[in-house]
Amino acid sequence: MPELKFLAVAIAIGSAAIGSGIGLGMIVSKSVEASSRNPEAHGKIFTMMMIGGILAESLAIYAMVLSFMMLAK
Amino acid sequence: MHVGVAAEKIFTVFSWPVSNTVLTAWIAIILLSVLAFMATRNMKRVPSGLQNFFEWVIESLFGIAEEFMGDRKKTIIFFPLLATLFIFIIATNWLGLLPGFGSIGWHEGEEFVPLLRSTNADMNTTLMLAVVSVVSIQIGGIMALGFFKYWNKFITFKNPMAFFIGLIELVSEAAKLISFSFRLFGAVFAGEVLLTVIASLAPYLLPLPFYGLEIFIGGIQALVFMLLTTVFIKLATTEAGH
Repeated sequence: MPELKFLAVAIAIGSAAIGSGIGLGMIVSKSVEASSRNPEAHGKIFTMMMIGGILAESLAIYAMVLSFMMLAK
Repeated sequence: MHVGVAAEKIFTVFSWPVSNTVLTAWIAIILLSVLAFMATRNMKRVPSGLQNFFEWVIESLFGIAEEFMGDRKKTIIFFPLLATLFIFIIATNWLGLLPGFGSIGWHEGEEFVPLLRSTNADMNTTLMLAVVSVVSIQIGGIMALGFFKYWNKFITFKNPMAFFIGLIELVSEAAKLISFSFRLFGAVFAGEVLLTVIASLAPYLLPLPFYGLEIFIGGIQALVFMLLTTVFIKLATTEAGH
C-alpha cells in the first residue's frame, strides 16, 4: 500500500526527533549550568556546547536524509 | 516544486557527466583562488586590506585547531588540510545561498533542472570530503606511530578482548565516513528544501530569518567538520594509554 510510505517516513523522523530533542535539551541545560557556575570559562563552554549540539543533531539528520530518500522512491 | 535528492546533470565533458553542484564547486574554487592570489601579491610586513582579512581568518583557524589538537607541531603539520576543509565548506555553503542558485534553469520534460546548486547538497561532494578526512586521519596515525603500531590498535591478537575491541574500532572508522558525509549533506540539503518551501509559501520577508539560519548552519557545519577531523587526528596520533 503506497500510503504506508508516508506513515513510515513520519515514524522514522518522529522517533529520531524525540531522542535528539531530549539529548539537545540535556546538553544545553548542563552547559548553561556550568557557565553559571564559572562565568569566566563561558567561551570554552559555549564552544563545547555548539559542538556537542551538532553531534547530537546529526543523528536526527541521518534519519531525515533516509526519510527523504524513502519519500523519493 | 520539487528539490531532487540527486544532483542533476547539466552537460558532459568527454563523456563524463557534469552536474550543477560540480559547476558551483568550480565557481567556488575559482573565486577562492582569485581571492588568495589577490591577497598574497605585494605582501607587506604590516598587512592591510585583503591580506589583513585573510591573516585574521588564518590566525583564528590556527588558534582553534591548536586548542583542539593540543600540540603546536602537529597543528602546523595538519593545518593546510584543516583550513582547506573549513574554507572550502563554508565558501560553498554560503555561495549556495546567493539568489539564482536553484532557481535559474530549464525544464527537461517533467523535471526542472537548475543551472547552479549548492555543492554540499550532493552526496558525492560530501562523500569526497569524508574520504579525504578519514584517509588523512589514517595517514596521520601511520606517520606518527608507524604502520604496525598503528594497525595494532585495530587488528591485534594479544587477547580475545583486545581483538573484539579492535574490530569495533574498525567499524567505528567506517562509521566516521558515513557520519561525516551524512551530517554535511543532511544539513545543507534540508536547508535547501526549507528555503524552497518557505519561498513558495510566503516569498516576502518571511524567508529572512530562515536565510539567517542557513548562514549560521553553513558556518557551523564547516567548523564542526574541521574540528572533528582535528580531534580524530589527535586521537589517532597519540600513543595508546596516554
